[in-house]
Amino acid sequence: MSESIIELVDLTKKYGSFTAVDQLNLTIRRGEVFGLLGPNGAGKSTTILMMLGLTEPTSGSVRVCQTNSAENPIAVKRRVGYLPEDVGFYPDRSGWDNLLFIAQLNGLSPKEAADRAEVLLKRVGLLEQANKKTGAYSRGMRQRLGLAEVLIKNPEVIILDEPTSGIDPKGVQEFLELIVQLSKEEGITVLFSSHNLHQVQQVCDRVGIFVRGKLIAEGDIHRLSQQLFANEPFTIYAEVTPKQTNQSAELAKRLQQIDGLISLQQDGLKFQLGCASNISEKIAETIVESGAGLQALYKREHGLDDIYNRYFQGGGDYA
Amino acid sequence: MPDSDLTLNAHTVAEPTKQKKQHKLKTKAIHPFRVLVQKEISDQVRSWKFIILLGIIALTCLGSLYTSLTNIGHAIKANDPEADFFFLKLFTLTDGSLPSYSVFISFLGPLLGLSLGFDAINSERNRGTLSRLMAQPIHRDYLINAKFLASLSVISVLLFALGFLVMGIGMLIIGLPPTAEEFWRVVFFIIISVFYVAFWLNLSILFSVKFRQAATSALAGIAVWLFFSIFFVMIINLINKATMPPQYAPPAVILGHENLMLNLTRISPSTLFSEATSTMLMPSVRSLGPLTMQQVQGAIPSPLPIGQSLLLVWPQLTGLIALTLVCFAFSYVGFMRKEIRSR
Repeated sequence: MSESIIELVDLTKKYGSFTAVDQLNLTIRRGEVFGLLGPNGAGKSTTILMMLGLTEPTSGSVRVCQTNSAENPIAVKRRVGYLPEDVGFYPDRSGWDNLLFIAQLNGLSPKEAADRAEVLLKRVGLLEQANKKTGAYSRGMRQRLGLAEVLIKNPEVIILDEPTSGIDPKGVQEFLELIVQLSKEEGITVLFSSHNLHQVQQVCDRVGIFVRGKLIAEGDIHRLSQQLFANEPFTIYAEVTPKQTNQSAELAKRLQQIDGLISLQQDGLKFQLGCASNISEKIAETIVESGAGLQALYKREHGLDDIYNRYFQGGGDYA
Repeated sequence: MPDSDLTLNAHTVAEPTKQKKQHKLKTKAIHPFRVLVQKEISDQVRSWKFIILLGIIALTCLGSLYTSLTNIGHAIKANDPEADFFFLKLFTLTDGSLPSYSVFISFLGPLLGLSLGFDAINSERNRGTLSRLMAQPIHRDYLINAKFLASLSVISVLLFALGFLVMGIGMLIIGLPPTAEEFWRVVFFIIISVFYVAFWLNLSILFSVKFRQAATSALAGIAVWLFFSIFFVMIINLINKATMPPQYAPPAVILGHENLMLNLTRISPSTLFSEATSTMLMPSVRSLGPLTMQQVQGAIPSPLPIGQSLLLVWPQLTGLIALTLVCFAFSYVGFMRKEIRSR
């Protein structure tokens, strides 16, 4: 379980003056489902292309299955299945033909290829439509055919780049279940890139958050929230009704003097307080003492949502 | 999804694979490059553009055969140095209403080459299949090599089939078999046509690497073709008029000018092709440049042997092959440097 299967060391990719991937260090262990989470244009796809040896890194090294991807991409691609974002098939060939073609490119004999294709098409639920031309396939069907095609080479690692974009919720659910099942049953390592945090949260053992070519945080969701909100694990929201004007400014001053308070944001009558420990009692006391009415007071723990908001949407520095 | 697997009945499960299993599948793996070439050839042959072009070319080929057959009786004259090469007239003879077979090939060949290659790379990219293919354990140049090789074999098979078809029908109708030399001349003519079409094929593959849209690359290819078949001749004529030496200039100057003009027209691949084919099909062609009176004096108006004809067109042939290779080299380098992205 602890054997590492993907190792990125100081990986950097520059396009002219633009740095797509910046000094990336990442290790993925055999058998885990790793989620690469980041907004569009964060460098996720570029990182994946470098893992497959399709793009040369500017500096740093990539090792997949103990093989350097930049030097020996064929050996890596023999053991890694890659499902690109918005995968395309030859539209005037049937799903069956498309699958067999890829199988043979991987060195399977026609007989082997046909046998495996049948098993896999059954597994992804496409056996009935196998003779239909892929031009008539829906988005979800294409994605499932793509998964069958990734699996036909018997990979050790599968890399899925935004596999769920454009599929309806039920299709996404089925697709994710299939991935988890595969990882558990066959011990396949899965690298799952997405900008959708709920899907990542649902299937991934570990998550890496990727913004502007940098890995900001890495770990399971629980550890992530610790890592990101290390000094302010609690956020307390308070809503007050002041009895006199200017009282809220004074209240803010008082609140800031409380022990253990780290940050304070005021939005009219609402306060958002970042705290080192649970000091809601003290906060309530302070508000009541100041003479203002306390409307509401509640504590929140951080989920992936907050992490996401903090880095992709809210934070001006990163947006 | 796991549930739906169980509900599949035996009929639907067996259906897609049943037909495949009827003829026994090989248990030996095929080399990936062969798999790619096979797929490309079957793609080409099945495509509508190929079927339409095949129809056009087959029709024109039969049309030109008809005109040459109806006129072949008048073509034999006494003292004709080419009388021994009666059979070759099938490919060059015309009554003026329809061009001969070799002219047709020089006109339609480029169209065939362009249509087989103009969407070679960019359609893979636009369909999103390029990144999928490149994620398989194959070398990157396999793809472009396979595309080239597949189209080239389609072209060769087509041109050889048509050439032999013309020979066969001609043999049936005039009742004369070709001599060995005539046969080899026709074979060389077909080989030269294959190289000529291969040049246009590579030009269009180059455009398909350069331009993202298949329509743009098709138009670019057609533009080059039109330029060489219409405008280039006009431009050469303009230059010729502007730089023409006076009528009473010394012969060396006039000869030099003639040679310069000839070499300028040889920039065009279609000139190279028509010079090469006319030498191969008309054994009485002794030189492709201007000849002085002294050179002609004492020459016996007899046909050249095949070896000499080949020697005469060797520069044209190497020129065509070089153009083909240059185009292929550029598209190869362009493709190898392209960033592979999904769509």
